[in-house]
Amino acid sequence: MTSIVSVRDLKKSYAGGFEALSGVNLEIEKGEILALLGPNGAGKTTLISTICGISIPTSGTVRVGGHDVVTDFRAARNLIGLVPQEINLEPFETVMNTVRFSRGLFGKPRNDALIDQILKDLSLHDKRDSKIMMLSGGMKRRVLIAKALSHEPSILFLDEPTAGVDVELRKDMWDVVAKLKASGVTIILTTHYIEEAEAIADRVGIISKGSILLVEKKEDLMQRMGKKRLRIELSTPISELPQELADRGLEIAADGNALIHDYDTRSDRTGITALLKDLQNAGLKMTDLETQQSSLEDIFVDLVRETS
Amino acid sequence: MNFMAIASIYRFEMARFFRTITQSLVSPVLSTSLYFVVFGAAIGSRIDEVEGVSYGAFIVPGLIMLTVMTQATSNASFGIYFPKFIGTIYELLSAPISFIEVVIGYVGAAATKALFIGLVILATSFFFVDIQIAHPIAMISFLVLTCVSFALLGFIIGIWAGNFEQLQLIPLLVITPLVFLGGSFYSISMLPTVWQNITLFNPVVYLISGFRWAFFDTADVPVAISLFAIGLFTAMCLGVIWWIFKTGWRIRQ
Ligand SMILES: Nc1ncnc2c1ncn2[C@@H]1O[C@H](COP(=O)(O)OP(=O)(O)OP(=O)(O)O)[C@@H](O)[C@H]1O
Ligand SMILES: [Mg+2]
Repeated sequence: MTSIVSVRDLKKSYAGGFEALSGVNLEIEKGEILALLGPNGAGKTTLISTICGISIPTSGTVRVGGHDVVTDFRAARNLIGLVPQEINLEPFETVMNTVRFSRGLFGKPRNDALIDQILKDLSLHDKRDSKIMMLSGGMKRRVLIAKALSHEPSILFLDEPTAGVDVELRKDMWDVVAKLKASGVTIILTTHYIEEAEAIADRVGIISKGSILLVEKKEDLMQRMGKKRLRIELSTPISELPQELADRGLEIAADGNALIHDYDTRSDRTGITALLKDLQNAGLKMTDLETQQSSLEDIFVDLVRETS
Repeated sequence: MNFMAIASIYRFEMARFFRTITQSLVSPVLSTSLYFVVFGAAIGSRIDEVEGVSYGAFIVPGLIMLTVMTQATSNASFGIYFPKFIGTIYELLSAPISFIEVVIGYVGAAATKALFIGLVILATSFFFVDIQIAHPIAMISFLVLTCVSFALLGFIIGIWAGNFEQLQLIPLLVITPLVFLGGSFYSISMLPTVWQNITLFNPVVYLISGFRWAFFDTADVPVAISLFAIGLFTAMCLGVIWWIFKTGWRIRQ
């Protein structure tokens, strides 16, 4: 895979001297959806702002489509659409005018048909001539998305796009994101909803205190998360599995006092009943049963706690 | 250069102006008319002529300058301060444009608005007094230059300002006094010598003098010096703007 955004040793200190990014390395692949998760103040917005040209890197380099974001900013920014976290819109302007304005800023000729289509996809078309101040919060957020899409970016940054958006509309937004991905757009989104990352991301990045802790394929994370661990305490320790249990996917715990069985909670048949029957048939006496589930949330919380 | 972006900014700003056109025009036209009534009719009836021009006509260039300078400054400062204030500046910072496009777009729009208002005031004054314009092309050129240079100043103020009070401060504290003391309503030659010399440090004197020359062919200071002064002022503003551009001062973190 070729990376379309390449962040190397990126550091960012704000005017007061606070270091919001302390050496970030990140390769974003062309056409993927990357979800950035991290607690408040982790540096997600700072990272996006520095890639998009709103803040200046203190050190390190950022390349977008091979163009340095500082020295070759026009070529780099031409590729980028940004949906900011804050709802920053001109209250007295109409939806259509502000979206048109965004397209013009990127040097693209006026194309109302395209903008109408974008507004339709975002269920905003009936509001096209309304003043921004007459829209609800969720609608305003969609106007921000429309503005970012108006200049046909090949990389889209969504900084908490679904904050304050109701469940149904969130689904609509995911559809829009899926459509964009299908058309080849690379998407980077930040979110505090872990389910959201699960639902739409290809890869998940976890960031805390200005550092990236992990960037991993969602499937790999899901595998850890989707697994449940059953721990079967035995009344007498064993050192070897009985013959009839050999292909049951069982492991003996370190002290021999328990058996451990990993299984997939999402499959229809977990095979627990059969397993327990087999254990009984093999003459093993059980004293206790315990199950544990590791979720993306657990992984997330553990990782973030480790660093603090 | 991203010309489409300049056009977008310009059009967006002008749309704001035309949406509130009545408000934009009513107040300058009304206050100018008041000046005509108070200064032109009431006081002017006791002052016959200044430098061979009826007093009512004599104050027209100064009145236009007063309005144009304050309008250009406040329009440009508000124009760039507003996106900073409501946060829409993110869009200017993340677009494939440099500071140059932003300056041309905002300053161009602010200067156009000021020019428009200046011309409306000129038209209004025809209702009150009889004026002939000796050098129409020079008059328009002076007007345009003044609009542009003060819009540049306004742009700097808008970038600098951290709140609305600061935004009002410079126009109120600096520009209005300088214009009033810059010979808008009198000829410098009417002042005592000491004050005449002090006045020569007021840059606005040169602008008003040059502008008045374009109307009546008489000036307090030679026209060449007026041109030089406005050129210098414009160059200084451009210098500051270039520095802001280089350092990202108060714009990019
Ligand atoms: N303009 C600024 N000046 C100084 N410090 C800042 C500035 N912007 C952000 N910070 C600090 O940088 C850190 C990272 O902030 P950032 O906005 O990137 O976090 P975030 O991960 O986006 O958080 P959230 O989930 O709350 O949006 C925070 O500690 C914040 O206080
Ligand atoms: Mg943030």
